[in-house]
Amino acid sequence: MSLKIKSQEDFWGGLLFIGFGILAIVVARDYPMGSTMRMGPGYFPTYIGVILIILGAIISLISFKVHGEAVGTFAWRPMILLPIGFAAFGWAIDNIGFILALVILIVLSSLAGREFKIKEVIGMCIVLVTGSWALFIYGLELPFPLWWWR
Amino acid sequence: MEFFATYFPNLTLGFATAVTPINLLYCFTGVFVGTMVGVLPGIGPLAAIAMLLPATFNLPPVGALIMLAGIYYGTQYGGSTTAILVKLPGESASVVTCIDGHEMAKKGRAGPALAIAAVGSFIAGTVGTILIAVAGPPIAEMALKFGAPEYFSLMCMGLIASAVLAHGNMLKAIAMIFLGLLFGIIGTDVNSGMSRFTFGMSGLADGLSFVVVAMGLFGFGEILANLERGQDQASRDLLAAKIEHLYPTWEDMKLSIGPILRGTAIGAFFGTLPGAGPTIAAFSTYALEKKVAKHPERFGTGEIQAVAGPESANNAAAQCAFIPTLTLGIPGSGTMALMLGALTIQGIAPGPQVMTQRPDLFWGLIASMWIGNLMLVILNLPLIGLWVKLLTVPYRFLFPGIMVFMAIGVYSVNNLDLDIYMTIYFGLMGYVFQKLKCEPAPLILAFVLGPLMEENLRRALLISRGDPTVFFTRPISAGFLIATILLVILMVLPAIRKKREEVLAEETT
Repeated sequence: MSLKIKSQEDFWGGLLFIGFGILAIVVARDYPMGSTMRMGPGYFPTYIGVILIILGAIISLISFKVHGEAVGTFAWRPMILLPIGFAAFGWAIDNIGFILALVILIVLSSLAGREFKIKEVIGMCIVLVTGSWALFIYGLELPFPLWWWR
Repeated sequence: MEFFATYFPNLTLGFATAVTPINLLYCFTGVFVGTMVGVLPGIGPLAAIAMLLPATFNLPPVGALIMLAGIYYGTQYGGSTTAILVKLPGESASVVTCIDGHEMAKKGRAGPALAIAAVGSFIAGTVGTILIAVAGPPIAEMALKFGAPEYFSLMCMGLIASAVLAHGNMLKAIAMIFLGLLFGIIGTDVNSGMSRFTFGMSGLADGLSFVVVAMGLFGFGEILANLERGQDQASRDLLAAKIEHLYPTWEDMKLSIGPILRGTAIGAFFGTLPGAGPTIAAFSTYALEKKVAKHPERFGTGEIQAVAGPESANNAAAQCAFIPTLTLGIPGSGTMALMLGALTIQGIAPGPQVMTQRPDLFWGLIASMWIGNLMLVILNLPLIGLWVKLLTVPYRFLFPGIMVFMAIGVYSVNNLDLDIYMTIYFGLMGYVFQKLKCEPAPLILAFVLGPLMEENLRRALLISRGDPTVFFTRPISAGFLIATILLVILMVLPAIRKKREEVLAEETT
């Protein structure tokens, strides 16, 4: 019997669950376990960690026996640009205001796509910023500063 | 009307609440926006509700729930529309609709397919409404007698059912449940006051917001997956031009009435069961209709029964999913978990007491469900042309807009930039889960139920002085657990497992 991974998605999925299980147990070591009758804060997470490790191990082991699909390539460009855009929004809305935060988010998101046409992106900025202002600031009265001077 | 008021006093109160102009407006807005978002590819009901949730924060509780329920039905219906027109199921419940619905559309019969889906959904919705009105109060009354062991066992059943009935690998789905429970723990422990898994971040003291988890897994993750796949623009425009006549023939109606009624019954059953829900109801109905049909070999080539049955089933299930959510406070699906979250945000503790403490809210919501269904029929059929136009919007215009909505939505919950960063984390995780074929719906359900489950486990074991057999010595609790075990055994049995794979495999053909 050869030890070849037949289902990549199951193999990595299993490892992922094992990882979370270990993390749960390690972190929960700092919390008192208590007893079955008086469960401490560490009781529930520790057992969840144990079960996750067991389940993850079974899933990984089965991946040597049962065929599955390969995981394939990741979409690296959006995986990097969308989080940057989103995080930039989180920073910007409090520091330079709602409108610029949205512009940054829209431009960075568009860059993550396959096509980037500058005219379209400008148009999208105008439409989306106006629409969001009308709906959220004017309509729903959400208390966001519009610009950095408020 | 007199008669109605005597026999359905609750529904009368409900309609009195729902039929105020302002609530009708909320209902209409919800249905309209929901359908619009549901038609857009790549946004399922879960992401849509999560996205639009912040827009309801400032509304009164009744209005907010009515609008959210409208959004829910709207997205469901929007999902069916895209399933039929472009073979893109907006969500898993309309996957079976794709099979024959899209074939009908190819033959130029998209109109009747859409119409029958709407009519079937309306009939199913009407039955569902009556069912909730009849079955709701007794269930709530029974639930008032539930103690901690019963609640714990019931939640076990719901969670395991959601994993067993989800498509894909059952073990991975169960692992996702435990992962969800783990995320649910994050925050301050109510009993000891200890911060758990917060990694020193004060913003996590109240736990992760479920809006963050849902938006990340279902919104953000979905966009990443869509951008990887790219969009097939050509096939979309192709069918859009082909809708000629809208109304089904008399022959169509006659063929459909049986499937609609059977679908409604199956949907009502699975919807009431916590953890089951619309998807499995639609799949079962498709399988049943194929069995009872005169020409089963024609299934897959555009048979109207294969659209009418599953569409009615998923709507009946969607409607009846409110029964466990509202009467027991235990959501049966990820979407219902969001609705429950919305209730909590509005300051209402979900559970059997809602019906007696806030009858206007409970019955108003039920009545507005029916009104929402009616609106779907009269609104959507004339508006199909508009929805079709929306379908031709290229994805590169859509996803920046979705990003904007998500960003504002997440941020407006707590005005906390930490929420934004956590959404990124869950978005990347959601994408990885998709790559590894791990279904995220059981995770979000477990995430919402996690704290409740721990609390009830703790209480049950305290009452029993640490004796875990308490879950089996109390009859109702034992019943739930036995049902759970049976469910797992049934699914692991080779014969049924094969059958299940057969039914679920049809989505790929």
